[in-house]
Amino acid sequence: MDVTILDYKSGNISSVINSFKEVAKDKVNIEVTSDLNKIKSSDKVVLPGQGSFKSCIDGLNSITGMIDTLSEFALNNKKPLLGICVGLQMFADVGYEEVETKGLGWISGKVSKIDNKDGKYKLPHIGWNQINIVKDSKIFKGIENNSHMYFVHSYEFIPNDKSVTAATTDYASKIVCAVEKENIFGTQFHPEKSDKTGLKVIDNFINL
Amino acid sequence: MLKNRIIPCLDVKNGRVVKGINFVDLKDAGDPVEQAKIYSDGGADEICFLDITASNENRDTIYDVVEKTSKKCFVPLTVGGGVRSIDDINKLLNCGADKVSINTAAVQNSKVVEDSSRKFGSQCIVVAIDAKRKDDGWEIFTHGGRNPTGINALEFASKMEKSGAGELLVTSMDKDGTQSGYDIELMQKISSMVNIPVIASGGVGTLDHLVDGIKSGASAVLAASIFHYGTYSVNEAKEYLASKDIPVRI
Repeated sequence: MDVTILDYKSGNISSVINSFKEVAKDKVNIEVTSDLNKIKSSDKVVLPGQGSFKSCIDGLNSITGMIDTLSEFALNNKKPLLGICVGLQMFADVGYEEVETKGLGWISGKVSKIDNKDGKYKLPHIGWNQINIVKDSKIFKGIENNSHMYFVHSYEFIPNDKSVTAATTDYASKIVCAVEKENIFGTQFHPEKSDKTGLKVIDNFINL
Repeated sequence: MLKNRIIPCLDVKNGRVVKGINFVDLKDAGDPVEQAKIYSDGGADEICFLDITASNENRDTIYDVVEKTSKKCFVPLTVGGGVRSIDDINKLLNCGADKVSINTAAVQNSKVVEDSSRKFGSQCIVVAIDAKRKDDGWEIFTHGGRNPTGINALEFASKMEKSGAGELLVTSMDKDGTQSGYDIELMQKISSMVNIPVIASGGVGTLDHLVDGIKSGASAVLAASIFHYGTYSVNEAKEYLASKDIPVRI
């Protein structure tokens, strides 16, 4: 099996690569690439994302044919895709970081700044927070409710259809921190930095 | 609920730990990779490396250390010490660091903070502030605490937040190494003034000091010596904080 980690020059993906390689061992081939043909022939795709919503979308747009290839992979061929952090956020129709930016539109909704309740809550939301699993998602197999995951973000994804929400976390309000819509998965937290529980999420995705 | 973080710090010089865990049964007590792994297995919420390598020709040793550590530890790794430019930051991130802490360079030219947070995201830019009491306030120092700057620490903290820092690592130079507790007033002043997380550093000698640090408003507490000399394990520290009703990840 081939799992492709998308390298579109948006932020630091070494930790994602290291964690997937750790979990995959020799059983699964982990490719790190922006080559469209390799993505097409891959079994699974990981879409990481760091920096701003706009910079990530710009990053995808800078590679001709990338968004079409990803859409075909996830929407037409319905192959498993995992978005991490801004990777998840880009599923939305629109993001409001820096300037209003059109998202991939795969899961209807928007990405807005977390309401910090007049400075009562610090932003970014950095550190270990517990997840409240609200849907029996395949990527949470064997993971207990209220497990700790590592977060770093100031913006949150607000889906229109709440049924895509797989988990929430409490910070200023209930923040959607994992989604599952058919073959499309996303985590706002960083499984690659969430120690053994995070590696389990990665393992679940690889073994889908 | 978001938990308060405990961050053990390892001082690394020429690729070797000079202040880390002092365990007798370690195969190689000077190996930062092995020590970081012990910390992460022991419940550390993040790991911090402070590179204190003095000579330029040995500076590259830290890259090798970061690369090896990031393949074994799956908690966030912050690396600081001698970070001068966007290039240095890029190199550390590519080796597997999750955050980079900037001290002298941020004071000399705040554009480094602006540019790097825009390029890599605020989440990976930590500004390290070394502050010392002077008159009614605090003055910041650069070059590992050697050079006074005449700059007020509170004003500088606010400026760094505006420049795009994701977190502030605040070290009291008066308290560092004394094991008499954090400079609580400094931590309170800075964390109530900025809206980004503050990591308290400098002066921890007992577990109560960690409690005081969190109560001062810091989101995370950094310590080296109490873990280094094996006085307490990270887990013991967490159990203690939990017993004082401070939310931690156990």
